[in-house]
Amino acid sequence: MSLLELDRVGKSFGPNIAVEEFSLAVTKGEFISFLGPSGCGKTTTLQMIAGFLDPSHGAIRLEGRDLVAVPPAKRGLGIVFQSYALFPHMTAAENVAFGLEMRKVSRSEREERVRAALALVGLAGYEGRHPRRMSGGQQQRVALARALVIRPSVLLLDEPLSNLDARLREDMQIELRQIQRNLGTTTILVTHDQIEAMSLSDRIVVMSKGRIEQIGTPQQVYEQPASAFVAQFLGKTNEFAAAVDRTVAPAKLVAGGWSAPAPAGVTGAVTVSVRPERISFGDAGLAARITSRIFQGNHWLFQCDTECGPAIVIRQNDGQGQPEHGAAVHLAWRAADMSLRSAGGAA
Amino acid sequence: MSAVISADPPSAGEARAGLTLALPALMLFTGVVVIPLAMTVMLSFHDWGQYKGIEPVFILKNWREIVEDPYYAEMFWRTFRVAALATLITAVFGVPEAYILNRMQGPWKGLFLLVIIGPLLISVVARTLGWALLFGGNNGLANKLLMTSGLIDSPVKFMFTETGMVVALAHAMMPFMVLAVWTALQRLDPQIENAALSLGAGSLTVMRRIVLPQIMPGVLSGAIIVFSLSASAFATPAIIGGRRLKVAATLAYDEFLNTLNWPLGAAVAVLLLIALILIVVGSNTLIERRYQEMFR
Repeated sequence: MSLLELDRVGKSFGPNIAVEEFSLAVTKGEFISFLGPSGCGKTTTLQMIAGFLDPSHGAIRLEGRDLVAVPPAKRGLGIVFQSYALFPHMTAAENVAFGLEMRKVSRSEREERVRAALALVGLAGYEGRHPRRMSGGQQQRVALARALVIRPSVLLLDEPLSNLDARLREDMQIELRQIQRNLGTTTILVTHDQIEAMSLSDRIVVMSKGRIEQIGTPQQVYEQPASAFVAQFLGKTNEFAAAVDRTVAPAKLVAGGWSAPAPAGVTGAVTVSVRPERISFGDAGLAARITSRIFQGNHWLFQCDTECGPAIVIRQNDGQGQPEHGAAVHLAWRAADMSLRSAGGAA
Repeated sequence: MSAVISADPPSAGEARAGLTLALPALMLFTGVVVIPLAMTVMLSFHDWGQYKGIEPVFILKNWREIVEDPYYAEMFWRTFRVAALATLITAVFGVPEAYILNRMQGPWKGLFLLVIIGPLLISVVARTLGWALLFGGNNGLANKLLMTSGLIDSPVKFMFTETGMVVALAHAMMPFMVLAVWTALQRLDPQIENAALSLGAGSLTVMRRIVLPQIMPGVLSGAIIVFSLSASAFATPAIIGGRRLKVAATLAYDEFLNTLNWPLGAAVAVLLLIALILIVVGSNTLIERRYQEMFR
C-alpha cells in the first residue's frame, strides 16, 4: 500500500493553471524527485503536500486518510526550505528542539534527540551556534536535522542544495542519500538539477508546464524518455530526421548515410533520438565533419555538422586516438541505443 | 582613492585632504548646532531678575531651583510618563498594523501605506486641532454626538488632560512605529512562518516565538524614535495640555517667551536634552548587546 497518494491533484491561480492532473503513489521509504524547469509546478505541488496551498482539485492522502483538511501544523511532515528558513534568534540546538517542544516532548528526551539529530548531520558540538555564524552548508545541515528530528512520515525537500557551491552540493547529495537510506524516511525532493535527481532518487517525476511528463526510475527516464521534453531535459540528446524505406526487403530505417533494419510497426517519417555518449566514430554511417572538439578531462566533447543537422558526440578519454578538428567522420550507433518518435509527435 | 585600496595608514597629506573635504559640513554643523547649544548651556548658568534682566555670571541658581522645586520634578515626570505611554500605545497598535500591512497584496498595500504615512503630510498643529474639534468640551463634534445619542451624560474629558495628550501624541507618532516595524518585517524570511507551522506550531505560537523576537529590534528602535519625539514634542502638548498641563518643552517655551526668564528656560531645555540622550543611548546600548547574535 502506498504511503502518500496524490489523486488527480490540480491547482490554478485565477486563470493560470499551475498544476494539472497530478497523480502519484509514493511507497514507504521511497526517494522521489520532482524534476522540471522553473515554473513547471513542482514547488506548487510540494506546497500542496505541505499544506501551505490548498489544491483546487483532487485529493491528497497520507496512509489512506485525507490530508487536505489537515492544517500544516498537524500534518507531521518534515520540510527543508530552499532558504533553510532557520530561526535566526535561536541557536542550532534551539532550532532543532523547536518541533519537539511543540510536540511536548519531555526536556530530557528532547535534549537527547537534538544531540542525536545534530550528530547525524555531522554537527556535533555546534549546539550553541547561531545560524548567522554558520556557513551555508552548516545551515543546510541544521535545517535537515530540524526536519528529521520530529520523525516525519514524509520528508519534503524544496531545492535544498541549490544555494551551495558545486563541490559541497556533491558531498551533500551523497550524505543526504546515506541518511535517507539509514533512516528509511520517505522523501520527496524538488529540484531543477537533473544530475541531482538522478543520483538521489528511486523514482523521478519529470514535470513541464504543470503536467507530469514521465514517472520512472532514473534509468527509465534517461534511456526511454516518454517525450521530446524528457529527452532534452535529462541530459543532452541528438535528434535526426529519419525515414523508413520499404522499397527494399527487409525494410530499412534510414538517416542520411546511416541505416538499420526498421523495427516492426514503424512507418513514414520518424525522429531518431540518440544520446551523445552512445554514438561512435566508424567507417560507415551518418557522414559528418567535426566543427569543434573540447577536452573535458575524462572525456572529449565533439560538435559535428552532419547530413541531418548538428550533432554532439561524447567519447571517453580512453587513451585511443581521437579525430582532429575538421576531420570527416561517420557517426554510427546501435539500434538498441536510440529511441524513435513519429516526426511531429510523441511515439 | 589609494587610501581605500591600500592597507597602509593614510599619509599626512591624505589626512589633510580628508579634513579639507569635511570642512564645509563641519563648519555648518558647528555654526548651527554646536555654538547655539554651547550658548544655551552657558545661558543656564546665568542670573536673571525681574528688573535687571540677564546677568552674565556663573551661578547654579537655575539648576538648584529645578532640582529643589517639586513643581519642575512634576513637570519632568509628566513629560516622560506621557512619552512612555504614547510609546506603549504606538507599539501595541503599530506592530499588528505593520504586520497586516506587510501581508497585504497589490494595490491595497500601497493604499494603506499611504493612509498610515498620511498623518506625516499634515501639520501636527492641524492634526491636534482636529482632536480639539472632536472632543473640545460640550461643543466637540464627537462629544455632542455621544451625548445626544445618550451614551454619555457629560462630555468626555479630553482637552487639558494627560489622557488627551497621550492619545494625540500616539496618533501623531504612529507612522514612525509602523515604518520601523515594517522595515524589520521585510527582512524576515517569508518561508520562516511556514517552517514553524510545519514543525507543529500554532499561529499564536508562531507570532510569539518566531515573528516577534525577530522584529523586536525594529519595535525597539521605533520605540526610541517615538519616545524621544514625544518627550520633546511641543505643538501637541501645547494645544491639548495648554497652560494648565505643562510638559518640559512647553515649560521651556513659557520661561523663554512669557516670563522672559531665559536662563531658567535654558536650564530646563538642557536638562531635557541630557535626560533624553541618556535614555536613548542607554536603551540603544542595551538593545545592541541583547541582539548582537542576530546582527552579525
